[in-house]
Amino acid sequence: MKKFLTAILFAPLLAFAAGAELHLDRAPDKANDMAALQNGAKIFVNYCLNCHSASYMRYSRLKDIGISDAQIRDNLMFTAEKVGEPMKIAMQRAEAKAWFGVAPPDLTIITRARASEFGSGADWVYTYLRTFYRDETRPTGWNNMVFANVGMPHVFWELQGEQAMGEDHKLTVVKPGKLKPQEFDTMVGDLVAYLKYMGEPVAEFRKQLGVIVLIFLAVFFVFAYALKREYWKDIH
Amino acid sequence: MSCDDKVDCGRRRLLVATAAAGGVAGVAVAVPFVASMLPSERAKAAGAPVEVDISKLAPGEMMTVEWRGKPVWVINRTKEQLESLPKIDGQLADPKSAKNMQPDYARNETRSIKPNILVAVGICTHLGCSPSEKFKTGTESGIAADWPGGFFCPCHGSTFDLAGRVYKGKPAPDNLEIPPHMYLGDAKILIGEDKKA
Amino acid sequence: MSKMNAILQGTLSWVDERFPLTTLWKDHLAEYYAPKNFNFWYFFGSLAMLVLVIQIVTGILLTMHFKPDASLNASGVPVAFASVEYIMRDVPWGWLIRYMHSTGASAFFAVVYLHMFRGMLYGSYRKPRELIWIFGMIIFLALMAEAFFGYLLPWGQMSFWGAQVIVNLFSAIPFIGPDLSLWLRGDYVVGDATLNRFFAFHVIAVPMVLLGLVAAHLIALHEVGSNNPDGVEIKKKKDANGVPLDGIPFHPYYTVKDIVGVVVFLMVFSVILFFMPEFGGYFLEYNNFFPADPLVTPLHIAPVWYFTPYYSILRAVTYPLFGIDAKFWGVVAMGASTLIIALLPWLDRSPVKSIRYRGPLYKGFLTAFIASFLILGYLGMLGPTPVRTIVAQICSVIYFAFFLLMPIYSSLDKCQPEPDRVTSK
Repeated sequence: MKKFLTAILFAPLLAFAAGAELHLDRAPDKANDMAALQNGAKIFVNYCLNCHSASYMRYSRLKDIGISDAQIRDNLMFTAEKVGEPMKIAMQRAEAKAWFGVAPPDLTIITRARASEFGSGADWVYTYLRTFYRDETRPTGWNNMVFANVGMPHVFWELQGEQAMGEDHKLTVVKPGKLKPQEFDTMVGDLVAYLKYMGEPVAEFRKQLGVIVLIFLAVFFVFAYALKREYWKDIH
Repeated sequence: MSCDDKVDCGRRRLLVATAAAGGVAGVAVAVPFVASMLPSERAKAAGAPVEVDISKLAPGEMMTVEWRGKPVWVINRTKEQLESLPKIDGQLADPKSAKNMQPDYARNETRSIKPNILVAVGICTHLGCSPSEKFKTGTESGIAADWPGGFFCPCHGSTFDLAGRVYKGKPAPDNLEIPPHMYLGDAKILIGEDKKA
Repeated sequence: MSKMNAILQGTLSWVDERFPLTTLWKDHLAEYYAPKNFNFWYFFGSLAMLVLVIQIVTGILLTMHFKPDASLNASGVPVAFASVEYIMRDVPWGWLIRYMHSTGASAFFAVVYLHMFRGMLYGSYRKPRELIWIFGMIIFLALMAEAFFGYLLPWGQMSFWGAQVIVNLFSAIPFIGPDLSLWLRGDYVVGDATLNRFFAFHVIAVPMVLLGLVAAHLIALHEVGSNNPDGVEIKKKKDANGVPLDGIPFHPYYTVKDIVGVVVFLMVFSVILFFMPEFGGYFLEYNNFFPADPLVTPLHIAPVWYFTPYYSILRAVTYPLFGIDAKFWGVVAMGASTLIIALLPWLDRSPVKSIRYRGPLYKGFLTAFIASFLILGYLGMLGPTPVRTIVAQICSVIYFAFFLLMPIYSSLDKCQPEPDRVTSK
């Protein structure tokens, strides 16, 4: 019995003692920052949408974050003819597999899929994109802190510069890039905010609607409870 | 529904309030459920306006494009064909296009924006078959000796002229539908959208 | 006004001569006498009914847009997986309907578990309500089947590997096992054939069985009458008209009361649906946002929370027995852990029904049982370690001991006398 009680008490602790710890930086919350989201969309289209598709996301949906159809057509739409089309890519999956070892995953809902007990999916992507480091043993010459032996090269290396991993498993910049570290973090933050938006475009509206529904239910509760009291006053 | 001694007014008021709240909840849930059966974003994207290049469409020729899954005819009518249109007014059910089967800018003698170019949905207004083209005139058409050219529906024999107007005494009730369309350039038509939108 | 009434009366009697409408209304609502002392625990029956309706209505709407097809589309994504995202984005209000369905699945189990716990608290399974309990247990099994089949449909990583593991459980059965699991899948792996048949089971077969069972559950209940927190039979004391002294008509008293319960439930439901639809990865598992990949198993694989207690019991069995390997006995233990609940009416020998008049032995065993059930559920979400396996083994023993020792401790227990009439607390 004593053993059993001890087991009950310590079960939650044991749970987290096991398994590899993954340290993730917190992605900044820019869900309502339209400028950041628009910038993120631009970065996504320019840097990611060559190898990665977002095949559930329609270009026209970018209206949500304040980009007009005309702007989409002129500045963002490189892979489709109509704004109603999804963000597909021309690259064939078989070719991609030959080049990178794996076909680059579709990114529409990547921030939902990468969530874990260590942090949100946005945190994971935010950390991932900022922790590439030089590793000459890899075919691409790059490795990553949260995605070991990743097939993707460091797409932002010109902007971030080159990092190397020291003996202490910490990253240091060995060759500076075009952006200062803070500027780079802001840029990646914008991109991740966009990815998070794209994972569930309806998320902000969903929360607004939820508030209305709950207010309504609270009113409903007052009536329903008063009605119940009214009937039950006869029951003793 | 006045309050007298027999009815408990407080209870009735609460009943009405709760029932009303329940009714509002029911409607509020029903609206998204019903709306979910409307065309999706994918259907809307597939039904988006279509651009047509008519620079190669010679007089007397016709081309068919697909818009929202329906055949849309674009016909470049010759001068003779255009001249034949007013002559048959007497044989038609709605020669002046009084019924609302076309946008206002196509409510004219030729049922078109540019007189020679007809844009029409190639679906018979009777039961939805697609009429076939009968541009040959007279007995050669196999329809009538005085046939000036037009369309013949194989399903129930409705006939239409070269402006998509239906003949009298045929099963089809209305003229062929003219879809919303606009010119993007001299030889470029956008079908499915006009300047109002 | 009176003319209107006359027309309504006329219509009603026209119907009544052909269909027992008024009789049904009286038997099941207006003159169904329920004990007047129902407490908080008695909300969950009607709430289970509400969730069933939510699941059926949203399920029908989802069926209109979902495609049970495991083949890859032009972007290399399984069609079924893509059709779920299509519902989430392209179908008007599709996201709301899908979240209602996914939240509803978990809500169903939450409500049903609380409903079952109510039965255990107040001895609702005891004579003369054994059949109600049996019908309820079959409903519970059908519900687990329904949830399992439904979970494959989004065709994500957890869908795929969950189905893979569960179907392989059947291969543990001696002799016929491997052929049986092959037959269940209709393929050598969980594939398109499996997806299609699970779809058929999920949308037609199991729901029809469920509806029939729910009807049987209610008919049996209304035949014998409801139990109550005191566990005394209200039908023993009736007035001159044959109405139980402690009974009140279900309608309007419990209808107005249940409306309050429904509104509170909907508030909780809405908080989850609108603000945390994934519920921290417990209602919608994160890995299920990756499309099914038969070549890569996710590092951490666990069933949805409502299956985890039984999954823990399955994993806790690590010893071979009688020359048959542990895998088989794990499956047996898991099956037994769900089926044994159905035997409660015959295992319980206590002179009283309600926990209010039971002695310390039963209260102690029930507490240990609930604790072990929760711990098993918790452990089932985590990966196994040696210590966790030992804890799970201890809890599994407690789980079964609660049932198997019940004939002994329930008859030895020092109970208080039941009152004659219900008490109002």
